[in-house]
Amino acid sequence: MALSKKITRSLMFAAFGVALATPFAARGQDTGAHVNGLTGNVEAGKQDYRRWCVGCHGKEGNGEGENAPYVDPRPRDFTEALFRWRSTPTGTLPTDQDLYDTITRGVVDTLMPTWRPLTPQTRVDLVAYIKTFSPKWQTQKAGTPITIPPEPPQTIDSVLHGRQLFDQMQCWKCHGPEGRGDGPSAITLTDDKGEPIRPYNFHDGTRFRCGETNQDLYKIFMTGLDGSPMPSFADSLKPQDAWDLVHFLRTLQPYVQSESRTVWLDYVKTHQGQIKPIGAESAGQ
Amino acid sequence: MRTKFFILLAVFGLASSAMLVTAARPAGGTITGKVTFTGTPPKMKPIDMSKEPYCQKLHNPPIKTQDVEAGPGDTLEDAVVFISAGDQGSSSASTPVRYDQKGCQYIPHVAVMMVDQPLQIYNDDPNAHNIHPLPKVNAEWNKSQPPGAPPIDTKWDKPEFISVKCNIHPWMHGYFVVLKTSHYGVTGADGTFTIKDVPPGKYTLTAWQEHMGTQTQEVTVSGGAATANFTFKAMPY
Repeated sequence: MALSKKITRSLMFAAFGVALATPFAARGQDTGAHVNGLTGNVEAGKQDYRRWCVGCHGKEGNGEGENAPYVDPRPRDFTEALFRWRSTPTGTLPTDQDLYDTITRGVVDTLMPTWRPLTPQTRVDLVAYIKTFSPKWQTQKAGTPITIPPEPPQTIDSVLHGRQLFDQMQCWKCHGPEGRGDGPSAITLTDDKGEPIRPYNFHDGTRFRCGETNQDLYKIFMTGLDGSPMPSFADSLKPQDAWDLVHFLRTLQPYVQSESRTVWLDYVKTHQGQIKPIGAESAGQ
Repeated sequence: MRTKFFILLAVFGLASSAMLVTAARPAGGTITGKVTFTGTPPKMKPIDMSKEPYCQKLHNPPIKTQDVEAGPGDTLEDAVVFISAGDQGSSSASTPVRYDQKGCQYIPHVAVMMVDQPLQIYNDDPNAHNIHPLPKVNAEWNKSQPPGAPPIDTKWDKPEFISVKCNIHPWMHGYFVVLKTSHYGVTGADGTFTIKDVPPGKYTLTAWQEHMGTQTQEVTVSGGAATANFTFKAMPY
């Protein structure tokens, strides 16, 4: 009698243990996504992925979908967990919000459309599912988003300092002295997969692949575009410098209305012949 | 008598610790050997640095690519030989490994370090470089280092052979070899390597060369010296 009681009790304990452990185990495997109070569902994400994304990104998430051979630039390979458009420092995983934003925004100049027509819940589900393709999501945490201080006024001093930085940091080696994406190193650039890749041409483009605001531009060079040749300048630029560089870069965009470009054009009018071309010092070496 | 021996050992340990990553272990043996190849290796091509006039002027005649650094007698330089199995424990290394970008070249071409050992990357050139390691297991990053910038302090937390490149200067190519063990040797210009302070025991040695791949062999260290030679089969492409 005592024995059977003992067995019953231990069985009860075991059952209780299993009941207790199951949600934890599930949580351990759950790579889930959380954006704006919504929680992504991996299973639902899988269904939506198989409907909307699989054609290019492939069943395995490796960017080798049926259409992939005809897609240039190539669809992202999710198995590497390497993402260009992040708010987090280079070498870290993006936040759920970053992935959600990319899905929502789409990628300008590529075959990745905006997925704004999908409900927010569906987009979060997709984020959750995308995170199942690489084990890195289990072993690493997403990076901490960089802090972007408030933008200072767009003055000519800021623009000129930014221009000096563009020269010093040798952005022109790839982006060209005039920001046309035709610098001396431009032609040899490849992404991590060895595919040729072009540096951004500021003259043509009005939008960036990661967005269109000054904050987005700030983020590009302070986080780097992982998987591409674009490095992070976070170690070499102070936040104030970074804003100056943003202001200068805006002067290179004829199709984007900006205060920076207005003050720059006024400056150019009154300083004809006094502006040193970018990259001149290095050429004279 | 015994005390004297230990004092001697301690002195030896102190003297050699400057050269070694870890302090000497008592009664350590030494593994030496040579890494060679048979067949025809690919031809190393002269590097055109005309895109970076400063670096081009430094190298006259131009330096060659370093995928296979063959020496006289078909020896291989910059091959890494390490204990891949049977290691009886390695203490972690705290001496930083220095990696230089000088004359648009990585020096050393292959930098070996232990897991979590500090790595310092310097830019000694008057032009900007971007350091872009391409790991698969560790986290990939890509940082710009303009002239005069402070060294980049970093480390790797998992063992891996990591290819490193500079996107601005596509010819710049090197390797970070991250190992779990402190028992490793890198072959010099004559193809020889030395692994010091190996306690007696049976080990698996692995030799790695960036173009030829890896080879393993068993080696037994019994107090004194042991020898292990590796021969890779070279293909011309």
